[in-house]
Amino acid sequence: MFKILKYSFYDLIRSRWSYVYFLFYLALGFVLLFLNNDVSKAVITLMNVIIVLIPLIGTIFGVMYYYNSREFTELLLAQPIKRSSIFMGQYFGVAGSLTLSLVLGLGIPFVLYGLLRSNAIFDFSLLLVTGAFLTFIFVGLSFVIAISNENKIKGFGYAVLLWLFLAVVYDGLFLMSLIVFEEYPLDTFSLVATMLNPIDLSRILILLKLDISALLGYTGAIFKQFFGTNLGFFISLVILLLWTVLPILGLRYKAMKKDF
Amino acid sequence: MTIEINNLHKQFGKNQVLKGVDLTIEEGKIYAILGPNGSGKTTLIKSVLGMVIPDKGEISVLGASIKKNWKYRKKIDYLPQIANFPPNIKVKELISMIKDLRNSPSEEEALIDLFGLEPFLNKKLSTLSGGTKQKVNIVLTFMFDSPLIILDEPTTGLDPKALIRLKELIQKEKANGKTILITSHIMQFVEEMADEILYLLEGEIYFKGSIEKLLQQTEQTNFEHAIAAITTGSHV
Repeated sequence: MFKILKYSFYDLIRSRWSYVYFLFYLALGFVLLFLNNDVSKAVITLMNVIIVLIPLIGTIFGVMYYYNSREFTELLLAQPIKRSSIFMGQYFGVAGSLTLSLVLGLGIPFVLYGLLRSNAIFDFSLLLVTGAFLTFIFVGLSFVIAISNENKIKGFGYAVLLWLFLAVVYDGLFLMSLIVFEEYPLDTFSLVATMLNPIDLSRILILLKLDISALLGYTGAIFKQFFGTNLGFFISLVILLLWTVLPILGLRYKAMKKDF
Repeated sequence: MTIEINNLHKQFGKNQVLKGVDLTIEEGKIYAILGPNGSGKTTLIKSVLGMVIPDKGEISVLGASIKKNWKYRKKIDYLPQIANFPPNIKVKELISMIKDLRNSPSEEEALIDLFGLEPFLNKKLSTLSGGTKQKVNIVLTFMFDSPLIILDEPTTGLDPKALIRLKELIQKEKANGKTILITSHIMQFVEEMADEILYLLEGEIYFKGSIEKLLQQTEQTNFEHAIAAITTGSHV
């Protein structure tokens, strides 16, 4: 698996898009720090951008990489390599190189600005960790979609729809259900509903760590009660991990059954 | 026995490609797998390689079942039908990559020399012509020393000189006691190379035997005509 990972990783590191992605974060980091002039505020603004952007980029990159490397995959399948190693290697290659772009692209400006001396270092690391989780989750989901669809256009369409659903539509449905059922106690419901969407979960997790939950009013208090404790934090991380592992298992299962 | 196949079935959607293939491949011979377009030749080969997963049936290669097994592919050199290579890497890189992945001794220099590929080693694969790609494909296949060689349409795009080299190469491997499976639509090539003919029709083995047996059975004197007559002949 590690040989495949190595080749996929190098292949992507050398490709133009990795640089574009890296430079984008680099520019974003510098601009935000310049405009906000404060590490903590920059982290909040940054969160709003990357919480939506990372899943989108992960999805598109994952689908594109899978379809573009089909020839290479077929070449590998005839070699004495375990099938699951081929796909796992490619998956970790893509997710790994995207995460590297993210961490370096945002890390460099923040470290230069004096992150290490500020007290926002924990918030910033949390942002990077959730960013990494989101990358792995959405690359995994897009790989599963791509392997299940021979047709590129369909695969691409489904992947973008999935992103749209989790990033935008889900929140709309969530808010609507809160309004419709406002006469009922909704504490548990909103907690669970948040947990079920990795994007929402990441957002809440970061917001609450940033100590601005007071802005969220009553719901914020409930969320703070849950996510703010160590147990809540731990459970959220476990759920993010579960979100990461499930697509990987799905990919393995699909890879075992597929004909080439 | 090098390959043994029992009652192999495979269906793609509604299209039943293989309908109970039974086959034994003996060691040290050259087999030609023939049949009309869409008769399941490539599917059969890909099943042996584990790229296509059969619905039903058993395949064993060199005495071991291939189910949930991948190490047996170390014993197979496979030449895919259409040389689909990753476009953005150089020929040299591709060769060293495959060497690294297979991790077995290889002798690519002699083959690169044989097919005159030196000038292309530093070129990207997307810039190569079809014939040159096929030569790279051949080098990648023959550079390892495996007891079983599977060639899917090896002659595609080759110029006459390269074709002669390929034939010599195949004969040399046969002399080394290797088992070789070939699919081809070039009957002249098959007639020259093959010891045994396997004729696939509508997902079943329709004929298996030597060229002489085929000529006898179809009452033809010409191999190409015998193949054409195989399905229409009175022997059915």
